[in-house]
Amino acid sequence: MDSNAVMTDTKQYIILRFDAEQYGIDITYIDNIVRLQPITRVPHTQPYFLGVINLRGEIIPVMSLRRKFELEDKENTPASRILIIKTEGNKIGILVDEVREVVTLTEEDTEKLGSDTNDMKAYIMAVGKYNDTLISILNIGGLIADIDNEY
Amino acid sequence: MDLSQYLEIFIDETKEHLQNLNDQVLILEAEPENIDTVNEIFRAAHSLKGMAGTMGFKRMQRLTHDMENVFSEIRNGKLNVNADMVDIVFKCLDAIEGYLNNIIETSDEGTEDNEELITLLNDALNGVSEEPKQEKPKQEQPQTPVAGSEDRKKYKQIAIADFEKNAMLEAKEKGMHVYATTVYIQESCLLKAARAFLVFKSVESNGEIIKSVPSVQDIEDERFEFDFSMFIISEKTLEEVKKCIENVSEIEEAVIEEYEIPNEAIDSTAKSEEKEETATEAKTEKNDDSKKKTVSKGSKPVVNRSVRVDIEKLDDLMNLVSELIIAKNGLVSVGGVNSGQGQVFNEQIEYLERVTTNLHESVMKVRMVPIESVVNRFPRMIRDLSKKLNKEMELIMTGEDTELDRTVIDEIGDPLMHMLRNAADHGLESTIDRLKIGKPKVGTIRLDAYQDGNNVTIEVSDDGAGVDVEKIKRKAVEKGQISPEQAEYMTDKEAVDLLFMPAFSTAEKISDISGRGVGLDVVKNKIEGLGGDVEVQTKLGEGTTFIVRLPLTLAIIQALMVKVKSEMYAIPLNSIVTLEEILPEDIKYVHTKEVINLRGQVIPLVRLDEILDIEACEEEEEEDNDSIVVVIVKKGDKQAGLVIDKLLGQQEIVIKPLGKYIRVPKMISGATILGNGEVALIIDSNTLV
Repeated sequence: MDSNAVMTDTKQYIILRFDAEQYGIDITYIDNIVRLQPITRVPHTQPYFLGVINLRGEIIPVMSLRRKFELEDKENTPASRILIIKTEGNKIGILVDEVREVVTLTEEDTEKLGSDTNDMKAYIMAVGKYNDTLISILNIGGLIADIDNEY
Repeated sequence: MDLSQYLEIFIDETKEHLQNLNDQVLILEAEPENIDTVNEIFRAAHSLKGMAGTMGFKRMQRLTHDMENVFSEIRNGKLNVNADMVDIVFKCLDAIEGYLNNIIETSDEGTEDNEELITLLNDALNGVSEEPKQEKPKQEQPQTPVAGSEDRKKYKQIAIADFEKNAMLEAKEKGMHVYATTVYIQESCLLKAARAFLVFKSVESNGEIIKSVPSVQDIEDERFEFDFSMFIISEKTLEEVKKCIENVSEIEEAVIEEYEIPNEAIDSTAKSEEKEETATEAKTEKNDDSKKKTVSKGSKPVVNRSVRVDIEKLDDLMNLVSELIIAKNGLVSVGGVNSGQGQVFNEQIEYLERVTTNLHESVMKVRMVPIESVVNRFPRMIRDLSKKLNKEMELIMTGEDTELDRTVIDEIGDPLMHMLRNAADHGLESTIDRLKIGKPKVGTIRLDAYQDGNNVTIEVSDDGAGVDVEKIKRKAVEKGQISPEQAEYMTDKEAVDLLFMPAFSTAEKISDISGRGVGLDVVKNKIEGLGGDVEVQTKLGEGTTFIVRLPLTLAIIQALMVKVKSEMYAIPLNSIVTLEEILPEDIKYVHTKEVINLRGQVIPLVRLDEILDIEACEEEEEEDNDSIVVVIVKKGDKQAGLVIDKLLGQQEIVIKPLGKYIRVPKMISGATILGNGEVALIIDSNTLV
């Protein structure tokens, strides 16, 4: 770690793309990023769950952020990835259009938001600025907690 | 001395002794004259006392000591067994269990003195005539002062139990010699247990060993110094016996002499012999038998061949086997793709398949435990319930040796207990009512366990009043769980199933035995959580039977792989009866539901594609429509036909959970990983029947 990093609070984010927008996820949540593989549909489950996949012998449910945020489904492309998120030992996969890069943002680069709306914005806890583009930082903890409550 | 390392052993053994005591006291209650049982109880109580003393649990020791005293008197015929005494003894056993539970939790026996019980025990003792009290100190006198006078004659310090004296007396009467000997092994000897064993063998060929100190077992395990003592009955002369011992190499010396049986002992036994000659005879014979047994055990030095293994290690092993089977399935599917690889590859795959299947079976067997360990506490429970409810009842158990996976065993105790309590409390009528309707006075509760293919079935039944269907319906309507119209059209079977609804209790009055409304729904949930199911059969006036079916193993099963539209599913083989091919015109309708008539039985059809919500995606090439494949599955004696599109074959599959967060419908019991790495869901056909 260089001295700059120690001085200011920095965090690393994985940058994802949905349509034209970019979102960031705190890298400490990420267990793995895997290529798209066949997803086995599970009947009668929550609508935003696409099904389950096999990750090295472990069966992991995969959800679609698009469906969760009530965006329209989109064809998967070779750039589509499944992000494996790990919380308290449980794993969950999130299908995303594309994984761009990992960036480091200082606290000064990000601006916290209060959440009041009930759509995707509810899960955006901050907006970060990186190379003149805006990145919406997702509140993964809150998202998982909500899914857990619905479970 | 740090005894903590022995604590676990102490706890295990105490549990065993307690269980044994409970069983034996139950027998004693039924047959108060059974001298074998009394002996057994005395021995168990004695061991408990010794163990508690060694571990420094003073209160427990005191209680067991007093209990032992009581049984010692019973054994000597000075005290008779009666119902009050059995009650006291059961209370003592509960108190000891209380100590044990304290010890398990805190490594300390706690501070409960159980004075009340000790007083009760002593009162029971004082009912005895004064005679034995005078006798006791006398018996001890001749033994203590002799100690030390002749160092080498260690046998002089050994206390002889009554039954041993009796055996010696009998032998004397028959003109045989009784010798006492202390055998010294050279201190340079490396295999003293083996030498001791040879001594035993050689003595046995010349006579009989009544007692050895240390015990044969301890000597076998080399738990002794360089000497041990024996009492021998033999027809041979002193010299001959001495020679046969000293002929064993590395034996330093055998100090031997004709043993003088202490006088008082002769008097007292003679007296008791006069009193009840037959009983003593029987007792002696029995003791001789048991001695023979121990000795013959000594003739082949059996090493303890079992190992204690932490269940977690077994879980790890099972997981590894699962992984191996998945890898094997992967290889099989690769082989399927490149079938041009030749025969050698296929042969090797088949070989691997055999090995993994055997490996799985072996690991599974290691994890299997007889249900005895769960059910052996039930006879005592029923006895207590019988007293508490004031109903006469008996419990008959069969198939206690039926084995189940350890994880299932750990969970099944409570549900079974619940069902037994239910049978005792709600099932059986009161004794008066039974007599009124001409049933046998004593109600019967049965617990039958048996293996049935890949399942284990446990039936809990009673010959009581049966379930009153109308009463259940009324109750359910009262509670608003069903509407009166529903009740009207409900079949008896459906009504009985209402018993499993949460918070449903038909007991008129709520007792502390059952009927707190946390009964059968909890039982059902627990059993279903273990992958099993539970069913009730009842006949008004004749009794009720709860049938619990449990899977033999949890992790790896044989399944039929099927295709429904474009999706692949696994159906556990153990629930499948047959596979049928039917024509569309075979389908009939009953109440707008599809059924087929299969060899005289009407079976409802379940369209898996509809139930599983499978979209009729890309037009499948086979629009032939001339035959439909149906998998007939069963649950108890009910059947259903699952309509599928294609059979893919049988496969060994590993059951995996679907992970947290995702909601899984009832008809899916888990998922499995296929050879190609894809995931297939497992259909729980029990929920579809």
